[in-house]
Amino acid sequence: MERQGNAPPDDIPLVLARDGQHGPVVHAANRAARLAGIMAGSRVVDMRALCPDLQVAYADQAGDRAALDRLVLWARRWCPWNVRDGDDGLILDTTGSDHLLGGEAAMLVEMETQLSLLGLTSRLAVAPTWGAAWALARHGPVRAICGAEDMVVKLGALPVTGLRLDPATVLLLRRLGLKTIGAVMDVPRLSLTRRFAKAALPTNPLLRLDQALGKLAEPVSSVDPAPRLIVQSRLAEPIFDPTPYLPALCADLCDQLQQAGQGCRRLHLTIYRTDGDISHLSVAMSALSRDPVHLNGLFRDKLDRINPGYGFDLIALEAADLGAVKTVQSNLDGGSDDDLELAHLLDRLAARFGDRAVTRPVLRASHIPERAEMRLPVLADAPALMPVPASERPIRLLDQPEEVRVLYAVPEGPPAQFVWRRQTHRVTRYAGPERIAPEWWRDRPGTRLRDYFKVEDQIGRRLWLYREGLHSDGRGGDPRWFVHGMFA
Amino acid sequence: MALLHMQKTLQGFPPQPGLSRFTLSEVFVETAADAAALGFALARLPRGQRPVLWVQDRVSRKESGYPSLAGIGPLRPIIMVNVTRAADVLWTMEDGLRCRSLGGVIGEIWGDPAVLDFTATKRLALRSEAAGVPCWLIRRLAHPNLSAARDRWRIGARPSAPHPHDSQSPGAPRWAVELFRSRHAKPGQWVASYDRAADRVDLVAAVSDRTLDAGDGAAGQRAAG
Repeated sequence: MERQGNAPPDDIPLVLARDGQHGPVVHAANRAARLAGIMAGSRVVDMRALCPDLQVAYADQAGDRAALDRLVLWARRWCPWNVRDGDDGLILDTTGSDHLLGGEAAMLVEMETQLSLLGLTSRLAVAPTWGAAWALARHGPVRAICGAEDMVVKLGALPVTGLRLDPATVLLLRRLGLKTIGAVMDVPRLSLTRRFAKAALPTNPLLRLDQALGKLAEPVSSVDPAPRLIVQSRLAEPIFDPTPYLPALCADLCDQLQQAGQGCRRLHLTIYRTDGDISHLSVAMSALSRDPVHLNGLFRDKLDRINPGYGFDLIALEAADLGAVKTVQSNLDGGSDDDLELAHLLDRLAARFGDRAVTRPVLRASHIPERAEMRLPVLADAPALMPVPASERPIRLLDQPEEVRVLYAVPEGPPAQFVWRRQTHRVTRYAGPERIAPEWWRDRPGTRLRDYFKVEDQIGRRLWLYREGLHSDGRGGDPRWFVHGMFA
Repeated sequence: MALLHMQKTLQGFPPQPGLSRFTLSEVFVETAADAAALGFALARLPRGQRPVLWVQDRVSRKESGYPSLAGIGPLRPIIMVNVTRAADVLWTMEDGLRCRSLGGVIGEIWGDPAVLDFTATKRLALRSEAAGVPCWLIRRLAHPNLSAARDRWRIGARPSAPHPHDSQSPGAPRWAVELFRSRHAKPGQWVASYDRAADRVDLVAAVSDRTLDAGDGAAGQRAAG
């Protein structure tokens, strides 16, 4: 199956490459490339020699796998029991489903149509076993349908590569003169058994043949989506305030979480109004939790944001962002778990004031003071390592540096006196300047440098001033002065 | 001149003035542009890497800036809460004092809001003592009206100590510290100097010809409050 979302024209030879032992190798090739003699598994440089105008792109194998996993769930529209088969196939257990779609032939046409609407080309086959369907889809006729009675005939005509063997075994069988599956079937079983008695499944043509013919069981085990943890409370008559029902809902949900051995980081409360509308409310937590009292407390100040309309008669509470939580024993000496207490505090604060009001400042590698500090939401994880500032910094910074009027003795020197917030500060002592140049890779052209001074005024207040620019830098008029922070 | 070293003890009654158990301390700051009170409060927090819950109302942040991690030091994590109203500041501080794993709670409130009354400060003080978490309430442009804070300070900046290498530049910070009401210690005025390397605050009597009485706040010396 090939992805054809925004595929290049079919007449350009294109291959997808992946990293091999000695440089990139061909992962997949389009039709034009295959016609030019390019085979999957060979090295890209060799194939370039074969076909000079070859286009190469790198394969996203993990992405392909994830897309195929999504397709497994999507394919449940036809039958409920599907599984991904290797990196390029799906197995659908259509037993009992085909008659709903008008028989097997009609079902295959329907599947091919739907897949082509997704932009995918597909090769489909129906067979009684996994192995036979695999072989027919890859090597058989278009939309092959094979029953139990003609399986031996239909499989026998296919090449031995249809047995899902690894390339070395296929090569060995070819050298033995066994080119088709039929030829392998005709060989007396005893001699093959002697040859391949101890071989593992992918290198054992006998076991593979038994699987394809149904003599060896190969069940399809479909993936299960994670169960949704949701509790509901159906009310006898419409109400306007869900508060009295929440503790019971939280307790039920936490019981379910406990049985599943899980905790949640997010709760969705949905109320279903009598006028057919619904409204939502979500709270998030900083750590996995299944403590009913804590979860209930997070909704305390938020419930008035729900619009009850004409009342509602169904409340649903769903746990999301699930993760495994081990059961931990609380301290026997009556002490409390520090981390847990802190996590609960952060949850309460974030639930009440919002994610943006509760932050955790972290340092970043920058000399510009306002960029050296970043505020992370407290529910996110903090970085482990923070850079240490090189020189002394004030313990307070102003949100916006405030402009001051300055008297100075020399233009490039420290201020002698300045007026800030209508108060005159006379500079008694100063340290500096510390020159901080603009970050040319981020700042607009024309941004002026800053010369920072730590000054102390007549009553001892220590402030952090800076002069923006120089007199002769040609980036505007006279430099301006700003107060940026306060030292202790 | 009497010199006292204030050591950071974890529990029990310390003999030094003003160094009581972890409780609510209220600090009044004369001007918005004075970070002396914050330096004093930070220096008095217990050592360790427990996070500090820092709550500011909107006006405080606008007028006097925000705490900068680069200046305070990255070793002590800060949880910053920015709210609009003084009532929210008090709610957050009270909620934070329920959590014993904090290294301290610092709240900044601008002016004299009606919600900051005797009851509110009493709740903070009791919570702080129950949890064993120091709580500092920084008040700017405020009147020292009725309050249940165990220690009430008035703190401002003083010209700094001489710089050991450069006579022109400011040296180690000094603060003018006045304990004007205290439950456990005798009120007084000092000049505090802070030794950053040792993380130690030294108190020197502000008036040099009066010796400092190192009383432990026993009967007869207790100030009203």
